[in-house]
Amino acid sequence: MKPAPFGYHRPATIAEAVALLDALQDDVKVLAGGQSLVPLMNFRLSVPAELVDINGIAELTGHDVTGDVLRLGALTRHHELERSATVRGAAPLLALAAPYIGHPQIRSMGTLGGSLSHADPAAELPGIMLALDARMVAASARGERIVPAAEFFVSHFTTALEPDELLTAVEVPVAAERTGHAFLEVAARYGDFALVGAGAAVTVDEDGAITEARIGCTSVAPTPVRAAAAEELLRGATPDADVLAEVERVVAGALEPTPELKASAAYKRRTAGVLVARAVRQAWREAGGDMRGEEAA
Amino acid sequence: MSELSIQHSTRNAADERQRGGSVTHTVKLTVNGVEREVAVEPRMLLADTLRQQCGLTGTHIGCEQGVCGACTVLVDGLPARSCLLFTVAVAGREIETVESLENPDGSLNSLQQSFQDHHGLQCGFCTAGILMSLTALFREEPSPDETTVRDQVQGHLCRCTGYQQLVEAAMAESGRNAQVTR
Amino acid sequence: MIGERRVRREDLRLLRGRGRYVDDIDLPGLAHMAVVRSTQPHALIRGIDTSAAATAPGVLGVYTAADLPEINRPWPVHLAHASLRKTVMRALPDEKVRYVGEPVAVVVAETRYQAEDACELVEVDYEPLPGAGHLRVAMELPVPIHDGIEDNVAAHVTQTTGDVDAALAKAPHVLRETFRINRGGGHSMEGRAVAARYDRAVGEFQVFDATQTPHQIRALIAHCYDLPEEKIRVVAPPDVGGGFGPKAGKYPEEIIVPWLAKLLDRPVKFIEDRYEHFVSCTQEHLQEHEVEVAYDDDGRLLGLKDVFHQDTGAYAPSLIVPLIAGTTVPGPYKIPNLHIEFYSIFTNKVPSSAVRGAGRPQGVYVMERVMDRIADDLGLDPADVRARNLIQEHEFPYPVGLTFRDGSPLTYDSGNYPGLLQKGLDKIDYAHQRELQAKRRAEGALRGIGVSVAVEGVGLGPFEGATVRMESSGRITAIMGAPPQGQGFETTYAQIVSDAFGVDADLVDVVTGDTGAIAYGVGTFASRVMATAGPAMTTAAREVKEKLFQSVAAVLEVAPEDLEIRGSDENTEIGVRGTQVGMPLAQAARMSNVGSPGVTMRAGTVPGLTATSYFNPSSAGYSSSVQIIVVEVDQGTGEVEIVEWVVGHDCGKVINPLLVEGQVLGGIAHGLSNALYEESLYSDDGVPLTTSFLDYPIPSAREFPTIGLYDQETPSPLNPLGVKGAGEAGTLGVPAVIVSAVEDALRPLGVRIATCPLSPGRIGDLIAEAPGR
Repeated sequence: MKPAPFGYHRPATIAEAVALLDALQDDVKVLAGGQSLVPLMNFRLSVPAELVDINGIAELTGHDVTGDVLRLGALTRHHELERSATVRGAAPLLALAAPYIGHPQIRSMGTLGGSLSHADPAAELPGIMLALDARMVAASARGERIVPAAEFFVSHFTTALEPDELLTAVEVPVAAERTGHAFLEVAARYGDFALVGAGAAVTVDEDGAITEARIGCTSVAPTPVRAAAAEELLRGATPDADVLAEVERVVAGALEPTPELKASAAYKRRTAGVLVARAVRQAWREAGGDMRGEEAA
Repeated sequence: MSELSIQHSTRNAADERQRGGSVTHTVKLTVNGVEREVAVEPRMLLADTLRQQCGLTGTHIGCEQGVCGACTVLVDGLPARSCLLFTVAVAGREIETVESLENPDGSLNSLQQSFQDHHGLQCGFCTAGILMSLTALFREEPSPDETTVRDQVQGHLCRCTGYQQLVEAAMAESGRNAQVTR
Repeated sequence: MIGERRVRREDLRLLRGRGRYVDDIDLPGLAHMAVVRSTQPHALIRGIDTSAAATAPGVLGVYTAADLPEINRPWPVHLAHASLRKTVMRALPDEKVRYVGEPVAVVVAETRYQAEDACELVEVDYEPLPGAGHLRVAMELPVPIHDGIEDNVAAHVTQTTGDVDAALAKAPHVLRETFRINRGGGHSMEGRAVAARYDRAVGEFQVFDATQTPHQIRALIAHCYDLPEEKIRVVAPPDVGGGFGPKAGKYPEEIIVPWLAKLLDRPVKFIEDRYEHFVSCTQEHLQEHEVEVAYDDDGRLLGLKDVFHQDTGAYAPSLIVPLIAGTTVPGPYKIPNLHIEFYSIFTNKVPSSAVRGAGRPQGVYVMERVMDRIADDLGLDPADVRARNLIQEHEFPYPVGLTFRDGSPLTYDSGNYPGLLQKGLDKIDYAHQRELQAKRRAEGALRGIGVSVAVEGVGLGPFEGATVRMESSGRITAIMGAPPQGQGFETTYAQIVSDAFGVDADLVDVVTGDTGAIAYGVGTFASRVMATAGPAMTTAAREVKEKLFQSVAAVLEVAPEDLEIRGSDENTEIGVRGTQVGMPLAQAARMSNVGSPGVTMRAGTVPGLTATSYFNPSSAGYSSSVQIIVVEVDQGTGEVEIVEWVVGHDCGKVINPLLVEGQVLGGIAHGLSNALYEESLYSDDGVPLTTSFLDYPIPSAREFPTIGLYDQETPSPLNPLGVKGAGEAGTLGVPAVIVSAVEDALRPLGVRIATCPLSPGRIGDLIAEAPGR
């Protein structure tokens, strides 16, 4: 299948880009990595009249840590998340999830901004951004605004971005001391879109008890889901077998997933619980939870 | 992935709208070390430009859905699916295709020879893409282990070989590199 | 040499990106065809408006059935069968569409992009009819898919031997169960492709087609155009990117493209894209087998009855798949009483035809499920139950009592099934694996072991041919009608000729798949070529050698037995043994093939160093395979991890072990995909749900463990080479062995599995619903 014709624009700056989005109004799409958009265009399921290619905008590239914030440009490629020592140090959950994002060729081109803006319910990054309480920086001809992750993902393939807005950067709080991370996913094949996924960041105190758990679930709803009830349960607790069984139950109970061709709603619900429990335990151990205080069963 | 299940509705011809698609862009890109200038519509996929305008038919198109990997080329050294790249979007970048791998005298390079020795290909349609992904891997890591090799080619589908002999070929190359660097 | 692990000559061009697939062939002035395909599973065509499309940019023509009456005559049935009810297939439908994806109109334009743009402008006025996306829906459908076939039953075939009802009545044990198995498409990485030009000077069509059966395509084109076959040349190019069965089908595009090349006076090309492969390239659909099996207290089979329904899609070009599935069921076991019965049911899906395995994986799956049930019921070891029932080494040729799909009695020619099974059990150390399983179970893991044994009919008729020629250069050309799609014919047939002739394989050039180069041919499918073209090639090569030796003997005034071929490469010569007397092969060739104009040949010289031979096997041969696998299932997620896997195959005499291993491994991969990954799915009314690789996973290298291969050679008595077939062997036993192993893993939970494929989602739900939880 070949795509339908379109007009092509390649702005050099954010200002130029948002001016274009403003001028071209409804029938325009932003081209970043293209790994989600171009297949849709090849299928002619997406037929934008105009394409704004943002890959030439230097302002959108790069990532660094300032204070306790890791700021990632929207054009940060998935393979950078995989390899960057900065990312690994500041937001290990991103580095852990990156190898699950598609396959090497996808990671060469695919971008953070593109993935988050596309908001595929089965994508890995939205769930992580939700768990980490990231802040999305959006620019338009009208100026810049910040959208917290909790408000950013509205429905499947729908974000809070206005049609003339461009996601320019993501700000992620740097991981606290004594925090462990884990990301687990079930997919039809390794690297495919998640059938169910869970990412966890667990912070412990000197005795190994959990002071804070941040858990994001993927592919269990039209948007990523924060396992708030489980997080609450874990505060102050040590994840022994009973606690984890409760976590599993509470996560499964809170979800009403949409079934897919190969995964029933019941399967997603149950498996989300299993993956969360496992991710929590793994993250807790990585945080040093089981070296101090009680040994979990 | 509900959005990608084809919805079988008849397209409304009256919905046709004015498009800028007939505009031709002149694009300069470097292919296998040679600077090329091509005139393309924006929607022309890199895979088609390479095959048709550059006469480099070694890169094949297997799906245009971004899954099979047959169309994989290197863009600034990174493996990428050329069926998901518009030619206009890779202006100024360095593209490498399978035709760049052979030795100057036309003989097989070490990795290619390994593939022949181990029967790492059958119909050959997916092979070019796999060779490019492995070339990128070997540049970064001359002696990867088997898990790393299999990871590197997870974005490639081969319906003929079952991958085992192809992995053996890559591991033989890996082993050869280990001896050289010792 | 035969038996050599010889590396392939074709790799030299393929690895350098210099392959010549249909889409690579340069035809100056080429125009591109795209196809308007039905968006309805079942609908009347009230009208087609092509006016907007015809004036779109770059368009050279738009054609429907109404525009192509000269070539739109009904096709002959691909493979007739007394029970196959009559329906009409033609290039383009004029009254109704019967599946989503069916071609309805075609557009030719300067570029494929423009052709697709114009396709969107073609307006088809459909009047939808109730559609069937499942064979049970089809059987109740209010409107028949084909006129006059009210129940949508394409065929009903029964075969029996012995008295199964008596056996069932008397048996100490009877098992009754329904087993379901679904598959999907071929998904060769290159889709279908056809390009053609018309030579006005000589009134000939030249067609480049990525087909497995060039001679058959030529015959169909000749029929549709009402022209003699000599006016049509079909060439399967040297490089075809995989076939696996679907490219042995006949498709409308193959009939339309050459005709349009003539109408437009320009070469025309159609390249199938992946979406089109999903919806318009033949596949295998669901089979439901209702089985009744009689057995005794020792687990010995007394009788088996299998009544199954097979979904044949919108058309039934043949009954190959159900005939093979049904006759594969008995497999390697002694079963004195058999009743195999099937109903082939029309549905509104792309037509069904053979995909690697061609119904055999389904037959093996059914039989191996039965063996596992028997083992479970009697508390016997599954490998043991199988061993007790195997046909023994001394019992060949073994008549099963049924008729195979090739029309000959199902008689296994040779084999050693107990030997092959035992070798596998030893290789994997079966007893130790059971110990490990017990240990892991005690640790709470779900570990299972599966076994499958399969027999495969190969080397089918009617025949295949070869022409061998010594060229004036001294090189040898070996021509065969059957084309390759990756099997390495340029190498293996060079090995065969090299052996028969006594020259280096490097001196032999193999030419394939060209109807202009060899008069008759059947094609590459059903693991048939080595057992048919192999003997033909051998005979032709020997005849040419004989002519050469006679010729040179006459000229050198010696006896042919005194001559030998010696040297290598350009210095290969034929000479008198023990002397320096000889002549280069090129000289000998020119002597016989060219001579001197107007000059009488020396007495005894044989003119024309060429021979053609056709080989027709007296029946199919039978390869066999064994699979033993150890898996662990994640109780929380339903994911399957493969711990150990051994596969043994016996394809008779092996010409090139390196390549045969490749065939077996490739087949295994396809089988694993059918067992745990891919599945072609439709809505109940016939809308395809899996139309991209994103919904239809095929495993990558990441999903495979290293497989331990072993082999055995029981030569076939049916041909002088002793070869059987290996192209599909690896596939046959995989769905069976995976289901067997996963069920064994879940046995402590009381799970029983009767469907295939499996997936984490399905397995997870089986675990959640398990009685033993």
